Amino acid sequence: MEKRVTFRGIWLPILLVLPQIVITAVFFFYPAGKAIWQSLFIPDPFGLSMQYVGLGNFEYLLTDPYYRGAFATTAIFSGLVTLVSMGCALFLAVLADRLIKGSGTYRTLLIWPYAVAPAVAGVLWLFMFNTRVGVVTWYLGQLGYDWNHVLNPHEAMGLVVIASSWGRVSYNFLFFLAGLQAIPRSVVEAAAIDGARFWTRFRTIVFPLLSPTTFFLLVVNIVYAFFETFGVIHTITSGGPQQATTILVYKVYSDGFVGQDLGSSAAQSVILLILVSILTVIQFRYIERRVHY
Amino acid sequence: MADRGGMVESRGFGYWLTHLGLIVGVLFIFFPIWLAFVASTVEQQQIVHPPMPLLPGDKLIDNYARALSSGVNAPVGRMLLNSAIMALGIALGKIAISLISAFAIVYFRFPGRKVFFWLIFLTLMLPVEVRIVPTYEVAASFGLLNSYGGLIFPLIASATATFLFRQFFMTVPDELAEAARVDGARPMRFFLDILLPMSRTNIAALFVILFIYGWNQYLWPLLITTDPEMNTIVMGIKQMFPSGDDTADWPVIMAASILAMLPPIAVVIGMQQFFIRGLVDSEK
Repeated sequence: MEKRVTFRGIWLPILLVLPQIVITAVFFFYPAGKAIWQSLFIPDPFGLSMQYVGLGNFEYLLTDPYYRGAFATTAIFSGLVTLVSMGCALFLAVLADRLIKGSGTYRTLLIWPYAVAPAVAGVLWLFMFNTRVGVVTWYLGQLGYDWNHVLNPHEAMGLVVIASSWGRVSYNFLFFLAGLQAIPRSVVEAAAIDGARFWTRFRTIVFPLLSPTTFFLLVVNIVYAFFETFGVIHTITSGGPQQATTILVYKVYSDGFVGQDLGSSAAQSVILLILVSILTVIQFRYIERRVHY
Repeated sequence: MADRGGMVESRGFGYWLTHLGLIVGVLFIFFPIWLAFVASTVEQQQIVHPPMPLLPGDKLIDNYARALSSGVNAPVGRMLLNSAIMALGIALGKIAISLISAFAIVYFRFPGRKVFFWLIFLTLMLPVEVRIVPTYEVAASFGLLNSYGGLIFPLIASATATFLFRQFFMTVPDELAEAARVDGARPMRFFLDILLPMSRTNIAALFVILFIYGWNQYLWPLLITTDPEMNTIVMGIKQMFPSGDDTADWPVIMAASILAMLPPIAVVIGMQQFFIRGLVDSEK
């Protein structure tokens, strides 16, 4: 797609794109290139020289049980976050869509947690489940359940999943509600006249028609769980206990900044870069297809 | 949209059940924030001897004043200011450079335009988290540690906004540029007098999204600011927890959490229509 009408001039447009080019080159392409470059080297312990190891860092990572563990953790974590946040959002959106009046009010009441930073959400949930002062911990204790996410890896995972899903429900709700309201009423009413009950209508008509929204949200939520949940993990568990909540992004940070293992951290960045690219391609392909839907 | 319920739903048991389900959902969403608010209005003693009360106490002014003026490492007031500068810098900076570069690639033919367009495409959706170590080294070599420049520049280095403005400019009728050219208007006049006012809604929508994005950054400020005076509020809260076995100052920490949420929530609620539009646009 091109504009028919354009202005003349060469220096003006170049001047106009210059700020963007400079900033992107310095803070985007150069660091991304450097990450790829660094991933091929191992620095000596004093940081004085670099030794070329080819794909050695990658080979090491793929056989490293800790890295494979982080991979599995990320898969479980992002799968659960996606499932929980989309499930709750779809449930609430279906309810709000049933209302003739008032769905706007509920929308206002439900969307604003989107604005709460993941790291702040982490602090809120940490407070509720704190092993010493947490309210929920205390009530669970009264019921005879001894909550301790500091020691129990499953409870730690559960807590970071809930804290990460909580604010995300708003976002998914907004898209699901818009998707539901775009479904023609007449289709649903025709089924109702034919005697289909609510659940049957939902399963056979509404959910299939909603699938473009669902698929889109699936990709976006996986990307969210991969990258933006760093704040939740860092505030609640710092990747523990015993690395039970160390997701890939957290490991890039802890190996690169805490462990100072630059070669490995760079190689991990490159692997993440490839994963993101795959997700982006899936998303763009899907969006092209949505036009035909 | 009128009469949407129609014959499908009738008022009855199901109607109240629908409201009940939504109210439970709203309460679930509100509860953590309510608890944080209550904790920010009571004394430390009431929290460290669980269970804490579920209704607000009378220490609201004390706790917030203490947080704002002294905090734990740095005053929360100072951290709020840092966050505001960072969020506004990111939102306004990114909008400004994106507007002019989108204008250039849509309304001019110049050498390297195609290459530039593809470079833009490459930067879409590659979060800063992926390239943190080298980006940190770059920022450090420019002396940007503990500076607003260091907080802002690396986060405006992606072209998502340029892409959005390009999409929008493509929908602007050609006749407008034609008329401007016939009238002998210079390109920048056309940009300032016609294109910019037409983009108002898009700019507002993008502003909401970018402001929240900037305000809620965590990992980058954590790396780039070591001086507590330069901490942003979102990352600063975690720094308020004691490192050892000491008890955290919960009322002050919770007051800081509430203060950290207020500006982005105010922006979302106050600019709800732009926000929804921006969200839908920026994900396309």
